[in-house]
Amino acid sequence: MHRILARQTLSPNVTRLDVHAPRIAQIRQAGQFVIVHLAENAERIPLTIADSNPETGAISLVIQAVGKSTHELVGLNIGDSIRDVAGPLGHPTEMIAAGHALCIGGGVGTAVVHPIAQGLHQRGVRVTSVIGGRSREWVIFERELQRYGQVVVCTDDGSYGRKGFVTDAAKEILAADKVDMVYAVGPVPMMRAVANLTRGLGVRTIVSLNPVMIDGTGMCGGCRVSLGGETRFACVDGPEFDGHLVNFDELQDRLSTYREFEQRSIACAAGTCRMEKNTSSPA
Amino acid sequence: MSARITTKQRMQITRQAMPEQAAAARAANFLEVNLGLPERLALLEADRCLQCKDPRCMQGCPVGVNIPKFIDLLTAGKIAEAAQSLLCDNALPAVTGRVCPQETQCEAVCVRAAKGLPVGVGYLERYVADWARDHRDQLPQVRPQPTGKKVAIVGSGPAGLTAAGELARRGHDVTIYEALHKPGGVLVYGIPEFRLPKKIVAQEVERLTAAGVKIECNVVIGRTYTIPELQEKFDAIFIANGAGLPVFMNVPGENYKGVYSANEYLTRINLMAAYDFPRSDTPVLNGQRVAVVGGGNVAMDAVRTAKRLGAQAAMIVYRRTHDELPARAEEVHHAEHEGVKFEFLTAPVEVIGNDKRWVTGMKCQKMKLGEPDSSGRRRPEVIPGSEFVLDCDVVVVAIGTRANPLLTATCPDLKLNKWGNIVADENGQTSIPGVFAGGDIVRGAATVILAMGDGKKSAQAIDTYLAGIPKPAGLTMAA
Ligand SMILES: Cc1cc2nc3c(=O)[nH]c(=O)nc-3n(C[C@H](O)[C@H](O)[C@H](O)COP(=O)(O)OP(=O)(O)OC[C@H]3O[C@@H](n4cnc5c(N)ncnc54)[C@H](O)[C@@H]3O)c2cc1C
Ligand code: SF4
Ligand code: FES
Repeated sequence: MHRILARQTLSPNVTRLDVHAPRIAQIRQAGQFVIVHLAENAERIPLTIADSNPETGAISLVIQAVGKSTHELVGLNIGDSIRDVAGPLGHPTEMIAAGHALCIGGGVGTAVVHPIAQGLHQRGVRVTSVIGGRSREWVIFERELQRYGQVVVCTDDGSYGRKGFVTDAAKEILAADKVDMVYAVGPVPMMRAVANLTRGLGVRTIVSLNPVMIDGTGMCGGCRVSLGGETRFACVDGPEFDGHLVNFDELQDRLSTYREFEQRSIACAAGTCRMEKNTSSPA
Repeated sequence: MSARITTKQRMQITRQAMPEQAAAARAANFLEVNLGLPERLALLEADRCLQCKDPRCMQGCPVGVNIPKFIDLLTAGKIAEAAQSLLCDNALPAVTGRVCPQETQCEAVCVRAAKGLPVGVGYLERYVADWARDHRDQLPQVRPQPTGKKVAIVGSGPAGLTAAGELARRGHDVTIYEALHKPGGVLVYGIPEFRLPKKIVAQEVERLTAAGVKIECNVVIGRTYTIPELQEKFDAIFIANGAGLPVFMNVPGENYKGVYSANEYLTRINLMAAYDFPRSDTPVLNGQRVAVVGGGNVAMDAVRTAKRLGAQAAMIVYRRTHDELPARAEEVHHAEHEGVKFEFLTAPVEVIGNDKRWVTGMKCQKMKLGEPDSSGRRRPEVIPGSEFVLDCDVVVVAIGTRANPLLTATCPDLKLNKWGNIVADENGQTSIPGVFAGGDIVRGAATVILAMGDGKKSAQAIDTYLAGIPKPAGLTMAA
């Protein structure tokens, strides 16, 4: 059992939970994730470790409530517990040792960028962060990232920072400054846009992928992604990959596999469906 | 052996049939298919055993269960002693009684098989083991003197569970580390409820924890701790992390929505209870036409599961013929009765999808059997121009698994073979002193009983190894 030590609402549907997991807090590295399993019959959900405190044994998870399972997680309060937390899983981020890194975060992906920027800063790498959200209330981790270097904030509606997409700001920085490595985490279309932008410039770009996962140990293959035409399991070979090789279309498509089920699950949780057996079939 | 009954009378008893759920009913539920012999039939079946002086069945058993002994005790009405004898030889008899391929092991060599049908060793094993599960209080509980030696076991599949039981019985302090949230390995995530109820695995696990074995779930060795880190805290290590890396067909279209590895399909349904969605949160696509590629136990489990999830057509697609199917005979037989279709001499070359990338079919080639290959099985050869499209909306790939490199990659001193399996001698000794390994990670995907045999042998070797290292300082002999 892993107790919730702290809870904070970051934006309308994004919540930060500090969860007691001392071993993981002690050894986790940037880029790694955990799989949480709230209770019997819950889903196993992969979540990147946004931060940790080895002294208190806390790991910080940033959760966007999208489906039934994530809604249940963000509904937890201090003192509640998560039944299972396994990790740290995945490979640590490939860090450059010196130079200038551009870290790009979109929406909840900004939380994943945080430990990367933190790790790079600790190595003495100069960090510039570009983060974005729909509007002001969706911008997260701005203050934390400011500890590691300059932060450029973008909002789609211009309610805060620059108006526009993170790629627009990134493009300007890439044109004006020498960038040795780009790290981009966010929605698939954002990562694809960043990869397309940097491919032409020849700047190595690391993206963090979020396919559907079950075990997180390489056992099921559900998390497979195509990288330069070859199959990789994101949970053990990633989750971070060379953005110039990732087949983003396939990733986005596979992420939609259970969309219909998600909706039924939410409807049932809200009591607006009959509790029937698993009867829907693939479209 | 009692003179209650003559050999001639024994020979006259015919093999008792296993009562099972009717095919039509069971194809729509997840309850166990085999119901177990009732007492009267079990005793009749037991009387069929000739109590051979030189029992061949024992040689056919990979762990050398003293088969005539437990059967004799059963016929003598000493079922508690029969159970004790069986449990002494085999740590998980309620499991093996259900999943062992008896027809190629003990029952294949039983003398009675020469003329007629062999003794139903598997049925009797199951009968005695089930009695033992329900009457644990009637079995002696021995608490051994603690040795103070600590052993870590990686993985809680049959190999790990068996080794844990054997080591705990010898007084060692055993901790099992399991990556998933529930112990049991393939027994919980792979083999379905209708063949091996999860309650049975849970009871076997409980028996171990009652004997002092500690089980820590959610610990991934290679990530949470490495083998070198475990070596600092433990006197010996047994690695039994299975062969859990699914092999895909490597054909176009394999990443369309609707293609699963058998591991993913079965894990969703067994471990995550997707058959009970939305009461459980993990979904699974339950197609109307499900094509399962492969012919082993895994393929049979997947296809019979698809049937139970309501598939109109649940199909096995296999490169060879019925005679070469590697699955247990009983599973094939059950699948046929449940209405599973078999596409023999058929090999997929491509998965076909619609414009939304949902699976709509599989392009296949017809095969014929050619000359035997190195394994002695006749090699399937392509019949040119025989391509056709098999309509299906879900594809399950059950063509095997390989060694998962997650653990071994973080333990460079561990010697591996070219397939990534850990190299170990017949006692499970690896290239690192004090580190042993067994089960599928050493053999490649094999069987429950072979994994258990490895666990047993390695436990003996670990016990010998531990006897040779000094006792930890300051150990008091108090229990
Ligand atoms: C669907 C299916 C049906 C089968 N049917 C039969 C049958 O009818 N009869 C038969 O004899 N055999 C059958 N088999 C084969 C049999 O199940 C295996 O040979 C046997 O389970 C191997 O046992 P094991 O202990 O080596 O590994 P496993 O049972 O694979 O257990 C390994 C355990 O280690 C855990 N693990 C893996 N990596 C790590 C890590 N890094 N750290 C911590 N834990 C880890 C895994 O989560 C797992 O729990 C079947 C297999 C499958 C998949
Ligand atoms: S070989 Fe057959 S008849 Fe002989 S002891 Fe074994 S089970 Fe009994
Ligand atoms: S989540 Fe199962 S293999 Fe990656």
